[in-house]
Amino acid sequence: MLSESEVKKIAKLARIEVNDEEVEKFKGELSSILDFVKKLSEVNTDGVEPLYQTAGLVNSVRTDENRGEFVMNEDLREKLIGQAPHKESNFVKVKSVLNK
Amino acid sequence: MEFTNNLTIRTAREGLEKKQFSSKELFTHYIRKIGHHKDLNAFITTFDYQELEIGNWKLETSPLAGIPCAIKDNILIDGTPATAGSKILKDYTSAYDATVIKNLKKAGVEFIGKTNMDEFAMGSSTENSAFGPSKNPLDPKRVPGGSSGGSAVAVAADLSVFALGSDTGGSIRQPASLCGIVGLKPTYGRVSRHGLMAMASSLDQIGPLTKNVYDSALILNHLTGHDIFDSTTINLGSEDFTQNLGQDLKGLRVGVPKEFFSAGLDPEVNERVQKAISTLEKMGCEIKEISLPNSEHALAVYYIVMPCEVSSNLARFDGIRYGHSTRDAKDLAEVYFKSRSEGFGPEPKRRIILGTYALSSGYYDAYYLKAQKVRTLIKRDFDNAFKGVDVIVGPTMPSVAFKIGEKASDPLAMYLSDIYTVPMNLTGAPAISIPCGLGAESNMPVGFQIIANNFQESKLLNMAHKLEEALR
Repeated sequence: MLSESEVKKIAKLARIEVNDEEVEKFKGELSSILDFVKKLSEVNTDGVEPLYQTAGLVNSVRTDENRGEFVMNEDLREKLIGQAPHKESNFVKVKSVLNK
Repeated sequence: MEFTNNLTIRTAREGLEKKQFSSKELFTHYIRKIGHHKDLNAFITTFDYQELEIGNWKLETSPLAGIPCAIKDNILIDGTPATAGSKILKDYTSAYDATVIKNLKKAGVEFIGKTNMDEFAMGSSTENSAFGPSKNPLDPKRVPGGSSGGSAVAVAADLSVFALGSDTGGSIRQPASLCGIVGLKPTYGRVSRHGLMAMASSLDQIGPLTKNVYDSALILNHLTGHDIFDSTTINLGSEDFTQNLGQDLKGLRVGVPKEFFSAGLDPEVNERVQKAISTLEKMGCEIKEISLPNSEHALAVYYIVMPCEVSSNLARFDGIRYGHSTRDAKDLAEVYFKSRSEGFGPEPKRRIILGTYALSSGYYDAYYLKAQKVRTLIKRDFDNAFKGVDVIVGPTMPSVAFKIGEKASDPLAMYLSDIYTVPMNLTGAPAISIPCGLGAESNMPVGFQIIANNFQESKLLNMAHKLEEALR
């Protein structure tokens, strides 16, 4: 059902590198899972609205103000930035986003 | 001092109040026990006794004060490791407390450690953990279930008084069923998900794994409530879930869905479940056969909705801010591709790719949108059923604990374990699994599931408590 090129394309979208062995394995496994879920197409859902969340909440918003729950200090900075593999002073360092 | 095997919250509290042992001695007792049972592989991390800085907490602080508990490793405790059972977070340190952790800290609970789990809560056996499978304490050649397997083992083997797990498709109830303990999934919206590593945001709930129903209700009191950090939590004021546990069950209407008793259900499980149903009948309940016609699609709906939401939630693991980062990247794109490929195990990769496919252009309508529409139909079935019954019951799992390795090579076979648990994640309904005896053939625990309508935990806990008493 899924072709090799489709698996490769999806893996690319998901930013996961897959080798040929994995492509083959996923192709088989995902095809059987997709076969299994395919039967949903036979269910009549005319006029049925999708159910995205069950709590029934709509527009759960709050005022746009600093509630002051997290106080930025050395400890918090270390936990948030300190775990980045590459950093420089208080910045997370990444490889160049735009290439020539 | 002597510790009785298998302390519940009540017996542990009695010991503390009568000064038979101190909170520190109780804690140390469990740490030692965990050390003697390393083979069960229930814990990824264990902690030292926390000299709680919340003033001089006293036993009167709360009914949970001084009680040790185990926390599934996808729930953050500030300053401690949290791996979600994955290599990609092997060295990650939690940056803040989950709301449930804040609540338990205020109640004076002691955290014993973080428990093993299927990687990113993906699995039904804990075999998908990057840290090795946990073993069922009743038969270490069998799985404890998953994904909250470590938490279930900790409670079943008395390595902790209680534990917290998370349930997205049955991950609290199913291991509870396989290990012979109590596992509760609250209504979606009851318990804050702030500080729970998100798997499927419309399905995830944190809940307790305990030795009895009373403990479950007591802990629920401390977990529930509206949280400003989680906009999917409901504001319903506070409720004491231990209040109505002892109420008589006479006259309550119990729905038995015929779809939960079709092919695929092991006879030894069915036998125990039927016994529990007739016990309810003897206690004065009215047993009614009902139908949930769209529940047969629940598994398919779940295995579309969940991977879709997973593919979005796991996008944050990119090797940039935390977690495993590849050393082999030539450019930014390779940082993403290789970090994720090196860090994720096969099951997360499988589900991320499945979800990405189902959400991709040209397939979104046929898969994700379609599944969410069928989800509405499943919810309608439950709403209709609850017009005529107070609770719905059935098996938690189609079989008892299977052998380690038995289903590991067939993902789809593993997914079928979730067949009785996923409908309630899709509809948000609260559901509990309580032990209802051992299977005649295997001598392994069978779980009985009780489901109530959304926000009706009181009804569910009442029935579970009375049935537990009657089955003892």
